[in-house]
Amino acid sequence: MEKHLFLAGHTACYGCGEALGARLVVDAAGPNIITTDATGCLEVFSSRWPQSAWAVPFIHSLFENSAAVASGVEAALKAMGRQGEAKVIAQGGDGGTADIGLQCLSGMFERGHDILYVCYDNEAYMNTGVQRSGLTPYDSDTRTSPSGKVSWGNRYLKKDMPAIAAAHGVPYIATASVAYPKDVQSKVKKALSITGPKYVQVHVPCPLGWKSDPALTIKVAKLAVETGLYPIFEMENGVVTKVRKIPRPAKPVTEYLKLQGRFAHLFKKGGGEAEVKKIQQIADENIKKYGLLSEAAEKVAVEKE
Amino acid sequence: MKVILGGLAQPATSLANNTGTWRNYIPVFLQKTCTGCTICAIVCPEGCVYSVEKKKFTFDAKYCKGCGMCAAECPVDDIEMVMEEK
Repeated sequence: MEKHLFLAGHTACYGCGEALGARLVVDAAGPNIITTDATGCLEVFSSRWPQSAWAVPFIHSLFENSAAVASGVEAALKAMGRQGEAKVIAQGGDGGTADIGLQCLSGMFERGHDILYVCYDNEAYMNTGVQRSGLTPYDSDTRTSPSGKVSWGNRYLKKDMPAIAAAHGVPYIATASVAYPKDVQSKVKKALSITGPKYVQVHVPCPLGWKSDPALTIKVAKLAVETGLYPIFEMENGVVTKVRKIPRPAKPVTEYLKLQGRFAHLFKKGGGEAEVKKIQQIADENIKKYGLLSEAAEKVAVEKE
Repeated sequence: MKVILGGLAQPATSLANNTGTWRNYIPVFLQKTCTGCTICAIVCPEGCVYSVEKKKFTFDAKYCKGCGMCAAECPVDDIEMVMEEK
């Protein structure tokens, strides 16, 4: 087998996007890193005591303090005069980042630690059985936001984590998706070349929680980007510097929603069209806000006509 | 396996797990139209797909959970998923 720093034998579900994401991140970062992790799927399936799927130093402490533990690691390296020897990567799921770990993450940003924080965003608390988190998208069916006679699922919008990080004056912020593995890896490499706190949010499908076909993990992730629901961009010193353009015209959100059981109620219950329209509106706003549509494709389309 | 007290684990010890026993479907690498794009090796969540030589890929059956991502993403449909008889 090829040499990886995140190894096989971990107990993730089949088709897990997070397992793929974690491997891409640590492989890109290389062996000279120290990683911390918040409680969550990643910690549970990769470090089932007495085994570990990590070939790099890995610390798990609590749900909320991945960023705080990483801050301590970085401060210790500095105090020992060994900060050049290893880069520090803090990791967490969407719940451990946007809800439970937000204050520790905010502290890490505020103190300006030289740490890369990677958030694996699978859009709910999958480890404990699919409860909604701050990064769960609108109308998603989860155990704590079930769809039913009256409810359409999660009624809150996804938290804008990159904007929260940007408000702290973080020098490098990026979003990425496992549908574009090389993009994830180049963003991790770029982030590690910058001194100071960095935030990278990787979109990782969860076949169990999203009720999608495990084989289609990459396809689902790609559709999230191509419909405009998950904008991929880089933000340096508060300014969006790079955006992954999507083919024009953007795909309708129904293509993305229909592949997932967590949105199935939108197509079964009367009145679902209005809800789908709202989700389309979210995608359209993203496309407008980040200028996602490619100009090149437009030219190609005109030539074809 | 040597167990260390105190919540510590040795690195790279998960390789002892035979996650391949979870599998219902097994990938068959036909090795006919392969272009050597390496997508199958990149997208495998287990990281257990590897190349034996250029344009010839295979997988480690000890770890493959049979998710079918390699077959779904292969741009030339050179990988098939078949029901595994045990």
